[in-house]
Amino acid sequence: MMQLTLPQLEQKANDIRMDIIRMLEHAGSGHSAGPLGLSDIFAALYFHVLKHDPKNPDWEERDILILSNGHCTPVRYAAMAEAGYFPKEELMTLRQFGSRLQGHPERTRLPGLETTSGPLGSGLSQAAGMAKALQIDQNHTRWVYCITGDGELDEGNIWEAAMFVAKENLHNLIVIVDRNNIQIDGPTEQVMPLETLREKWEAFGWHVQEIDGHNVESVIDACSMARATVEKPSLIIAHTIPGKGVPFMEYDYHWHGAPPNSDQAKEALKKLRTLNGKIRSEHE
Amino acid sequence: MSHLAPHIGTDDIKMEPTRAGFGRGLLEAGKRNEQVVGLCADLTESTRMIEFAQAFPNRYVEIGVAEQNMVTVASGMAAMGKVPFASSYAAFAPGRCWEQIRTTICLNDRPVKIVGSHAGISVGPDGATHQMLEDIALMRALPNMVVVVPGDSLEAEKATLALAENNKPSYLRLAREKTAIFTTPSAPFEIGKAYVLHEGTDVSIMATGVMTYQALVAAQLLAHRGIHAEVVHVPTVKPLDADTIIASAKKCGRVITVEEAQAAAGFGSAVNELLSETWPMPVHRMGMQDRFGESGKPEELLRHFGLDAPHIAAQAQDWVSRMPQYHR
Repeated sequence: MMQLTLPQLEQKANDIRMDIIRMLEHAGSGHSAGPLGLSDIFAALYFHVLKHDPKNPDWEERDILILSNGHCTPVRYAAMAEAGYFPKEELMTLRQFGSRLQGHPERTRLPGLETTSGPLGSGLSQAAGMAKALQIDQNHTRWVYCITGDGELDEGNIWEAAMFVAKENLHNLIVIVDRNNIQIDGPTEQVMPLETLREKWEAFGWHVQEIDGHNVESVIDACSMARATVEKPSLIIAHTIPGKGVPFMEYDYHWHGAPPNSDQAKEALKKLRTLNGKIRSEHE
Repeated sequence: MSHLAPHIGTDDIKMEPTRAGFGRGLLEAGKRNEQVVGLCADLTESTRMIEFAQAFPNRYVEIGVAEQNMVTVASGMAAMGKVPFASSYAAFAPGRCWEQIRTTICLNDRPVKIVGSHAGISVGPDGATHQMLEDIALMRALPNMVVVVPGDSLEAEKATLALAENNKPSYLRLAREKTAIFTTPSAPFEIGKAYVLHEGTDVSIMATGVMTYQALVAAQLLAHRGIHAEVVHVPTVKPLDADTIIASAKKCGRVITVEEAQAAAGFGSAVNELLSETWPMPVHRMGMQDRFGESGKPEELLRHFGLDAPHIAAQAQDWVSRMPQYHR
């Protein structure tokens, strides 16, 4: 993959957001807030960080990306389409009968997905198993990236994996936590407090970085730092805004599991196209 | 039959737990294929993973007491081309981690081998918490899953080697106690095949796992009473060997199933589902009747819950006296 420049990456993140809005409006169901919040991270991963080949999704030297919080799959589908894994028109089949783009991602249906996810809390341990297999094979050229939500850190399976990864020192595994502070029933700190989150992971033996998850340069730098850290496994707490880029969705947990209707989608696309009024849209 | 061990029904028959056969089979599978890896949740010795762990320390992963993590790590290893055997007591794997198996192994179609040791009431003194009875039902309901319940340690060894090569999500059910070795080293084992071990015409007793030995002894008891029971050993609960099962059912016209598990939704139910859609006939399911086990000696518990040879013979006799032979 050709690596994009920073301005190009920011533009790509915006394209991904517009894809997400169009997909969800067309599907009439699905999750808005998480995917929008993850768009900058996915732009950075698919267009700069990951070693991958959209024309050869099973390439044996590729890096692995696990999306543990499978409900955010629209952002992955959008990034994959933008990268050329499949035609962008196919995004409009999201959640429809016969589609390769299932409501939650299914590996066996769409080349380029690394696992099937949706039920929360089990992505990290799958990523750990992959990293462990690479460690056994003494493969030092491939990296395993795993994205988790913050709400899913409620799951015990996550902390079982956290202990295991540290025990085995799987420093070829890099975890990005999407710290957007919401889950279905409300703010994470009300539903089930996670703080002090950084200290928890550090106590489990991890190297922890905290970044602005909307700054693609920070995402890229943090991944570089993580790859260079070999004495511990690495975790990046990416602070994000749920619904980022669409002002009426931002920070509102009600958008966790809801799609925009057609008027809302029109408004959202206008906001994205004009970067919230900062620039004039050519469509106006 | 030529593939049966001598001394069946006597004290001279050799005994060994099925888990011991698994231990040998895994070691051999590890020698044959360097992609085979072992994972265990703090029960390395009692699940008999220890031989593999000592021979291949680099391919053995100690997970600690975390069965959900064990099966999902195994899924990840399978994704990278490994052939993982993940072992614990059946009460914990698959008991503790069913959803992870469903999503990350079955729906995700990764060839992880879940090995559930210490299944059934014959676990004995540990009591009901550790006597897994619902695992067959839990595993056979899952699409893509293969379910194998070996009858003795020799067969467990063969089954382990076969599962190392079948490239499918699989469940291997093992027992703690020493049980009779009723097969022979040359006896065939193939995933998906059932075996007629004793021919008869009055009633077909179909059994899975270590219950097959009890069924063989029951057939001897029945012979003394002039009843010719057929014994079908069904080590693969899924996929079921429909041809062998239907043929025996048609020949005998009445069927009894025996398993050391809940009768609900288990092996007997699988046979019932098959026959009710092909050759409907009376099927009596012997197993645990909607209740849990309790502490006791294994043989004491099998007797108490009606799963030893005398109870099977009595049930068969009753069935023969009360039920007509269907389709004959």
